[in-house]
Amino acid sequence: MSSCKYDAIVVGAGIVGAACARELKLAGLNVAVFEASGTIGGGATAAGMGHLAVMDDSDAQFALTSFSQRLWSELAPELPADAELLPCGSLWVAADDEEMAEVHRKYAFYTARGIPVEVLDEHQLAQAEPALRPGLAGGLRMPADSVCYPPCAARYLLEGIPVFLNHRVTRLEDIDAGLTILATGTAVTQFVPWAPVAPRKGHLLITDRYPGYLTHQLIELGYLKSAHAVATDSVAFNAQPRATGQILIGSSRQFGTEDPVIEQHMLTRMLARALEYMPGLANLQGIRTWTGFRAATPDKVPLIGLCPGFDNLYLATGHEGLGISTSLATGRLISDEILGRTSEIPREWYAPGREFAHHE
Amino acid sequence: MNSRRSVTGELRAPLCGMGICFECRDENQQRTCQLPFAPQVRSPRSPGIIIVGAGPAGLAAATKLRDLGLSFTVLDDNPTAGGQIWRGDLARTQTLGSDLITGTRVISIDAEARTLLLEDAERAYQLPYTKLILATGSRELFLPFPGWTLPGVFGAGGLQALVKSGLDVQGKRVIIGGTGPLLLAVAALLRKKGADVRLIAEQAPLASLSTFAKALLRRPAKLLQGAGLGWTLAGIPYRTSTWVTQAHGDESLEAVTLNTGHTEPCDYAAIGCGLVPNDELAQLAGTSPHILTAQTGDVDLATLAGTAAACRAAGHPFNEAPLTDARAFDAALRQAFTLRPELRNLAAPDTFVCRCEDVAYSRLTPWTSFRAAKLQTRCGMGPCQGRVCGPAVRFLFGWTDTSVRPPAFPARIATLAKTEGDL
Ligand SMILES: Cc1cc2nc3c(=O)[nH]c(=O)nc-3n(C[C@H](O)[C@H](O)[C@H](O)COP(=O)(O)OP(=O)(O)OC[C@H]3O[C@@H](n4cnc5c(N)ncnc54)[C@H](O)[C@@H]3O)c2cc1C
Repeated sequence: MSSCKYDAIVVGAGIVGAACARELKLAGLNVAVFEASGTIGGGATAAGMGHLAVMDDSDAQFALTSFSQRLWSELAPELPADAELLPCGSLWVAADDEEMAEVHRKYAFYTARGIPVEVLDEHQLAQAEPALRPGLAGGLRMPADSVCYPPCAARYLLEGIPVFLNHRVTRLEDIDAGLTILATGTAVTQFVPWAPVAPRKGHLLITDRYPGYLTHQLIELGYLKSAHAVATDSVAFNAQPRATGQILIGSSRQFGTEDPVIEQHMLTRMLARALEYMPGLANLQGIRTWTGFRAATPDKVPLIGLCPGFDNLYLATGHEGLGISTSLATGRLISDEILGRTSEIPREWYAPGREFAHHE
Repeated sequence: MNSRRSVTGELRAPLCGMGICFECRDENQQRTCQLPFAPQVRSPRSPGIIIVGAGPAGLAAATKLRDLGLSFTVLDDNPTAGGQIWRGDLARTQTLGSDLITGTRVISIDAEARTLLLEDAERAYQLPYTKLILATGSRELFLPFPGWTLPGVFGAGGLQALVKSGLDVQGKRVIIGGTGPLLLAVAALLRKKGADVRLIAEQAPLASLSTFAKALLRRPAKLLQGAGLGWTLAGIPYRTSTWVTQAHGDESLEAVTLNTGHTEPCDYAAIGCGLVPNDELAQLAGTSPHILTAQTGDVDLATLAGTAAACRAAGHPFNEAPLTDARAFDAALRQAFTLRPELRNLAAPDTFVCRCEDVAYSRLTPWTSFRAAKLQTRCGMGPCQGRVCGPAVRFLFGWTDTSVRPPAFPARIATLAKTEGDL
């Protein structure tokens, strides 16, 4: 491709960088990865819940998540056991009639697009997840969703690819490669100051092992309201069964801070919310908490593709709370663009140079 | 004694005797080594000085504060005061009376609001403080070797603590190993309780021990203690440059092999490779003018450090000279009992280093930092929160841990969901 040492350098060994590097390698490019920290997947990827979900916030989001889900299911048979892929399905929990109306809307949306979904009434919900409090309105089951353990999935994606750890890129000019892909998560603004990406902090807690306590990844439908409320700090009930039998409880969303410290008041709010949905969690043991930063964009759609003003710099960031889910599709879109292939979904939806109208 | 099945199905029994290894926990994380973990019904108190830890340092701090006429509260997660060394020693601990709250863990510290989040067997509550004295003492360094996860293999201080809490060792054949003067104290106690102590295997060479003996000579009180032990220990073989390389048994300990090649049948092995400070709370709290940490070490050092911390908390002068002296002695002691590099090579590829998650040694060697190893292998991700494997991987690979976050100990979700005012 050129006289450079590598055809392509991916900056960032998170799951998004890992997926990009893998696709480029599969396409025959000589690719390497530079990672600032001493660890693969030590950034947002280590913090993420690893819920592999299809979402319907926008056409762009639906296309990317559903395409990526197909890529995950193709990859599933070869994933190592420690990637802990668990085909548990998701269950959106509706607390009241208003949220139940949202269940029906989602049902129609997904059914029209060939995604398997199932509406649960109050009793079916209680049967599906007995630990939920009685009196909830119902839910929407998405059986094709799953969960994984992202740091090990990222490591697997990078197998056979040179990864230079403790290698922080400070100037793009120093990179000796034909192409550079910036998969630096929230740090993208260091290189592309105008990139509309802001860190959005989240808290999580994991319990000791309680096999069988939960069956599905549970998300309250109120999550939609809180995920959209960009102005204020918010919490939403989110509980996930891990392959180990542990339960991962989330989550919170905050703008305006880059301090990773556990904020007791956010943790308290988040757990109090979880207890409203699952009172029995009260007596389970929490063993560890952590925080992480999602790379948020104004329209909640990532930046994937050629960076305006460059002919050899690509961006793969801005995945907010869905970067584990959408990593594989991101890698595919990036390699399609670089190799001049057509893509299965419209790439212009994710173009970094698109107009950012606020979708509030 | 409680036991449990590990995540790969191994039978496990207590190791540490002090509530940190989680090998004897029940489904509520209740550790048998800490029973009874009884709730203490307390009315909310007005803010005062809080001492965390009722071992020698905490007790010394309490005594000093009392002498100065100041009120205080002592918290401890064990059922009785005394720490590891004076556990159940009523003469030393009963003076605390109602100023002592046992069976209570500090889960989190809010240094800005100056409050502690506490949990006992039944409740969670917040307790405000004016000054906080952290006297959390130390735990043992446990180094992995083949068979170290077998029931019957304890820490040296671990078996000592369990015996003080009532474990019957009458007639049991015991091998004591590891390093340091603690081994002698453990041997003396075990013999007193009727155990058949077969051997004390001290890894340090004789030459470094004679340096230690010289240091003892400068401290007559220590010498007397040593001599007293000498009497009790008469007849127990004490071998230097000797260490346990393997433990054998099928679901419980039957024998150990030494580096000399000799295999000795035994019922229990008590192996401690020195002490590491319990500094999680200090790390969690960060630096604050309202938080004082009492350095840990041998009883003398801990006592002086506790007194010093109390004086500083009270704004009272303190004579530093004896503390400086005790630190120098502690340093000499550590020097004499430096761990030999051979101990880094004891673990076999399939020896578990992380007992909570059953992570074998060979799974750790590809990684270059504790964080990478944690993320890729789950090492240190279990309920002991790396208290056992953390110091071990520091010794084995030079890895240090990255951060301490709440909860300082596993805690009920209800506790962590507590909001202010929930007293
Ligand atoms: C609390 C929380 C929960 C989440 N839950 C989910 C979920 O359930 N499902 C889901 O799909 N997503 C979830 N996410 C989102 C997901 O974790 C992220 O979108 C995803 O991990 C982003 O991956 P990444 O590779 O872009 O970023 P990162 O993992 O942050 O990787 C970026 C890497 O770039 C490196 N880097 C940065 N600057 C440089 C430089 N100058 N030189 C070299 N290297 C550099 C960093 O060290 C880092 O390793 C969650 C996120 C959070 C915070």
